[in-house]
Amino acid sequence: MNTKVNFCGIEFDNPVLTASGTYGFGLEYDQYYNISQLGGISVKGLTLKEREGNPTPRIAETYGGMLNSVGLQNPGVETFKSFYLPKLKAEKTCKVIANIAGSTVEDYAEMARSLRDTAVDMLEVNISCPNVKNGGMAFGTDPKMVETITRAVKSQAAQPVVMKLSPNVTDITEMARAAESAGADGLSLINTLLGMKIDVRTRRPILANNMGGYSGPGVKPVAVRMVYQVARAVKIPIIGMGGIMNGEDAVEFMLAGASLVMVGTANFTDPFAALKVKNGIIDYMRRCGVEDVNELIGAVKPN
Amino acid sequence: MREDLKCEIIFRREIAPNQIELILKNRRLAQEARPGQFVHIAIENGVNILRRPISICDSFMENTRIIFEIKGEGTRWLAERREGDVLTLMGPLGNGFSIEPGKRAFVIGGGIGTFPLYKLCKTLNKPEIFLGFRNKDMVVMENEFSMTGNLHIATDDGSYGYYGFAITLAEEKIDGCDIIYACGPRPMLKAVKALAEKYGKKAQLSMEERMGCGIGACLVCVCKTTTGNRQVCLQGPVFDADEVIFD
Ligand SMILES: Cc1cc2nc3c(=O)[nH]c(=O)nc-3n(C[C@H](O)[C@H](O)[C@H](O)COP(=O)(O)OP(=O)(O)OC[C@H]3O[C@@H](n4cnc5c(N)ncnc54)[C@H](O)[C@@H]3O)c2cc1C
Ligand SMILES: Cc1cc2nc3c(=O)[nH]c(=O)nc-3n(C[C@H](O)[C@H](O)[C@H](O)COP(=O)(O)O)c2cc1C
Ligand code: FES
Repeated sequence: MNTKVNFCGIEFDNPVLTASGTYGFGLEYDQYYNISQLGGISVKGLTLKEREGNPTPRIAETYGGMLNSVGLQNPGVETFKSFYLPKLKAEKTCKVIANIAGSTVEDYAEMARSLRDTAVDMLEVNISCPNVKNGGMAFGTDPKMVETITRAVKSQAAQPVVMKLSPNVTDITEMARAAESAGADGLSLINTLLGMKIDVRTRRPILANNMGGYSGPGVKPVAVRMVYQVARAVKIPIIGMGGIMNGEDAVEFMLAGASLVMVGTANFTDPFAALKVKNGIIDYMRRCGVEDVNELIGAVKPN
Repeated sequence: MREDLKCEIIFRREIAPNQIELILKNRRLAQEARPGQFVHIAIENGVNILRRPISICDSFMENTRIIFEIKGEGTRWLAERREGDVLTLMGPLGNGFSIEPGKRAFVIGGGIGTFPLYKLCKTLNKPEIFLGFRNKDMVVMENEFSMTGNLHIATDDGSYGYYGFAITLAEEKIDGCDIIYACGPRPMLKAVKALAEKYGKKAQLSMEERMGCGIGACLVCVCKTTTGNRQVCLQGPVFDADEVIFD
C-alpha cells in the first residue's frame, strides 16, 4: 500500500498534515505522539515582528464548530527561524510548512525572503485571516491583490508557494485562478468563515473582537464544495481542509480533488485526531482495496 | 508520552444546588496532580467539540476529585454522568501553585474558585483560609477546609459567616501574611492584586480563560501579563499577581 504523495515536488510520507494555528509549532502535540508520523505540519501564522493578537475571549463554541479571533499572536519569524525550526528539523522527519502573513505586499515579500535559506519545506501564504485589521482577509477577497501578493512572494521564495484561500468570497475559483496565473505552486483551502455569536442574556458578542473565524465539522460541506470547484478550475494541486474529524472526512476531501489534507479544530476535540485521521485513511484504503492513496485524488464521480 | 486518560467515575454526588462532585479513578492522574492544576474533559455527546477545563480539587492514591457548577451544555452533560461511566480527559495540565515553604500563607477563594484551593490548603502548613460564597446554601466543603487551616467564611448576603467579602476579612489580618494564593471571579482576583500591592505581599492568582487545545498550541486562552500575552493553559493558570495586567 502506498500513502506517499508528491506535492509540488516534495514527497510527503502521507497526506495528513495539521492546520496552521491549531497546532502551535508541533511541540505541544509531540508530547502525546511522535508527530513525525504525520505528513507534515503548518506552523502558527508568522509575521515579520512578534504580535500579541486580540483581547480575550478569543474562542466561542458554536453548533458544529467554533469561532476564533486569535489575531495572529506569534513570536515573529526570527524566533521561528532561530528556535522552533532548528528544533523541529533536528528531532522530526515530518515536513514543515511556514504559514506567513503580513499587512502589506512588501511584508509578504520580506517574509518569503527571510525564509529563503532555511530548512522550511514549503510556504503557505495566509491571505485569508479574518481576525486582523490590516491585510488579512481583505487580500484574499480581491483577485488583483491575490495576484499581486502571489507574484511578490514567488519573486522572493526559494520554496514552493501555496496560497491559502478565504471562503468569504462569492466565487472562490476566481481567486484560485488569480493565484495560479501569478505563479502559485499550489493552493490550500479553506481558511475560516467569518462568523459571530451573541450571548442573548447580556446582548454582547462572546468574542472580545465581536466577530471571528468559524471552523470545525459544520464548515465541512462548504469546504468540500470549494475544493471540488477549485480542483476543476485550476491545474495546480490543492491542500484541503475544513472540519476534518476522521479518516472518511479526509477521503471526502481527496475525492473532491485535494492531494493533501489538514486537520485543525479536531485537534482540540482529541489530541490524537490527526494521527487517527491518518490511520482512518489507511483503514479506508484497506477496506476498499485502494492500493495507492494518489488514486483517491479527484476521483469523485459527479452525477 | 502523555496520554488521553480514561477515568472511571467511582463516586458522584450533588454537594450544593447545581454543584456536582465526581471522584475519578486513574492512578497516573492522581499521582501526577499538583495543587492548582486542571483537567480538560471531553464532552462525548456527539455535539460539543470543545473540551471543558475543570480544576483538580484533590487527589489521593488513584483517585482524583473534581467539583463543578452546572453552567451550560458541557457541564450539564458532565453532571448527568453516573458512577461506572468513564470520562476521557487530558491532565493534569497547567503549572499549578508554587509552594513556598516556611511562609505564612493566606488562601483566598470565591464561588467555584474555592474547589481548586483544597489540595493547596492540604499541602500548606496551617494556612489562614478566606472563602466567599453567595449565600448559606452555596457554602461547601466547610469541614474539610477547616481541617487544613484556620477557616473564615463570608457570604454576599450575610446569611452565613461574615457579611461581606472574603478579601475584607483577609485585609483585617494581613499582618500575619507572607504570601497570598487566590482563585475566584476576576473582580476578586483584581482586588487581591491590589491588596498584595498595598501591603507589599507576594500573591499567586489562578486565572480563568476560555480554552481550545488546553496544551498551549492554539493561543486562544491568553492572560495579559507584563511579559506579553501568555497561555493560561500552559504557562498558567497560576500567575504571579505582579505580572497580571487587569484592564
Ligand atoms: C483552568 C480552569 C479551571 C476551572 N475549574 C473549574 C472548577 O473546578 N469548577 C467549575 O465549576 N468550573 C471551573 N472552570 C470553569 C468551567 O470550565 C466552565 O464553567 C465550563 O467550561 C462551562 O462549560 P459549559 O459547557 O457548561 O458552559 P457553556 O457556557 O455552554 O460553554 C461554552 C464554551 O465556553 C467555555 N466557558 C464558559 N464559561 C467558562 C469559564 N468560566 N471558564 C472557561 N471556559 C468557559 C466552555 O468551556 C465552552 O467552550 C474552570 C475554568 C478554567 C479555565
Ligand atoms: C484557533 C485557530 C487559529 C488559526 N490560526 C490560523 C493562522 O494563523 N493562519 C492560517 O492560515 N489559518 C489559521 N486558522 C485556520 C485553520 O488553519 C483552518 O484553515 C481552519 O480552521 C479550517 O480547518 P478546521 O475546520 O479543520 O479547523 C486557525 C484556526 C483556528 C481554529
Ligand atoms: S487553550 Fe490552546 S493555548 Fe491555551
